[in-house]
Amino acid sequence: MAPDNARCPLVARLDPRTRLLSLAAFALATVATHTASGLGAALAAAVLLALCASLPLRATLVRLLGLEGFMAVVLVTLPFTTPGAPLVEILGFSASAEGLRAAVTIAIKANAVVLATLALAGSLETVVLGHALGRLGCPERFVALFLFTVRYLGVLEAEYRRLRLAMRARAFRPATSFHTWRSFGHLIGMLMVTSIERSERIHAAMRCRGFTGRFHFDDDTRPGRLDLGFGVAQATALVLLTVVERA
Amino acid sequence: MAHIPDGVLSPPVLAIGAALAVAGTGLGLKALPPERVPAVAMLSAVFFVAALVHLPVGPSSVHLILNGLMGAALGWAAVPAIVVALVLQAVLFGFGGLVVLGTNVTNMAVPALIAGWVFRSLWRARPRNAALAGAVAGGVAVALTALMVAGSLALSGREFWPAARLVTLTYVPVAIIEAAFTAAAIGLVARVRPDLLEAAR
Repeated sequence: MAPDNARCPLVARLDPRTRLLSLAAFALATVATHTASGLGAALAAAVLLALCASLPLRATLVRLLGLEGFMAVVLVTLPFTTPGAPLVEILGFSASAEGLRAAVTIAIKANAVVLATLALAGSLETVVLGHALGRLGCPERFVALFLFTVRYLGVLEAEYRRLRLAMRARAFRPATSFHTWRSFGHLIGMLMVTSIERSERIHAAMRCRGFTGRFHFDDDTRPGRLDLGFGVAQATALVLLTVVERA
Repeated sequence: MAHIPDGVLSPPVLAIGAALAVAGTGLGLKALPPERVPAVAMLSAVFFVAALVHLPVGPSSVHLILNGLMGAALGWAAVPAIVVALVLQAVLFGFGGLVVLGTNVTNMAVPALIAGWVFRSLWRARPRNAALAGAVAGGVAVALTALMVAGSLALSGREFWPAARLVTLTYVPVAIIEAAFTAAAIGLVARVRPDLLEAAR
């Protein structure tokens, strides 16, 4: 499925399965690393991957900075809760150097994995991703569920926007109120009902065409030399990293 | 909200989460006959879209977790549906990590299964009060998810204990909103298409 255009980014020319396996290896190695050199290498590799995938700069930064409240809580409390040499004192709480180190480590690991995910898997079309998962040995029914869900997402988003517009036309404004929560509940309940009716029609139509619940993956692309080279390069990097960390 | 990023949890917590997620997904797929795949996919797409909705809370906003609603509407099929949703959120938006995916699935799916069971028990006892049963399911699922997220943190190291407590607090408004939201959604579905909720076992 990978286009053979020499001008398209390196990552796009790799087989989808190569990308997923490489991503899994990268994520495991990044999470397992515990030295400054390992963290630096992980971050550098993630940035390199992002460049090779030519991710859009602004959108990617927004995703990375869009830390959820969860992450913020962990990163802010960690310096104060890890025992160690006090670094600074804020409002009577002392932050330890060890804690700060732990917080920075988490931030680097989390961002490196997200960056690599966006570069290697996020740049895949979701349907291609589903096929690749299937060809990597994910259960057939799971892949069918994945592909159907991906297919319906666009349809449902449009339906959601339509219903939301209808609410706006009736001067509905979200606020911190029971009314808002109930209205959204009704909106999603309505979406569930209409969507299930749609799925019944789709299923009937598919059965008419002989669908038995099985998907046929007729893409028989094979990993090429580029995939081999990429795999060897990554394996070498991981072995080197292990040697450095052990030293 | 239920997205723990990579690099936070300890290896044992990650391993337990992954093992539970794989086992649960296997059981969930077994309980999913091929002819129900389109319906379950449709519903998981609904939940995916609904999880992107931000609801205002004072000056800030929260987004819903919806695992109570998923458990009530999907039963065991909620587990693979949650896996699909979390994989898509990680790949498309960069929410949550990859190695931690199993733990994130477990933290959402176990409460979903319990909430689904609670919902069906209450609903069977009082068939007219589907909305009330939905409120309980929605609230219970979020509360359990909060406890499991806090537990994942707490088990990963003593230095995470204050963070675990703070994270639990952030779920309180979500649980209240989600109870009201799920009550309305379930109430409507139970009136219009009760068979949709009965199909989940």
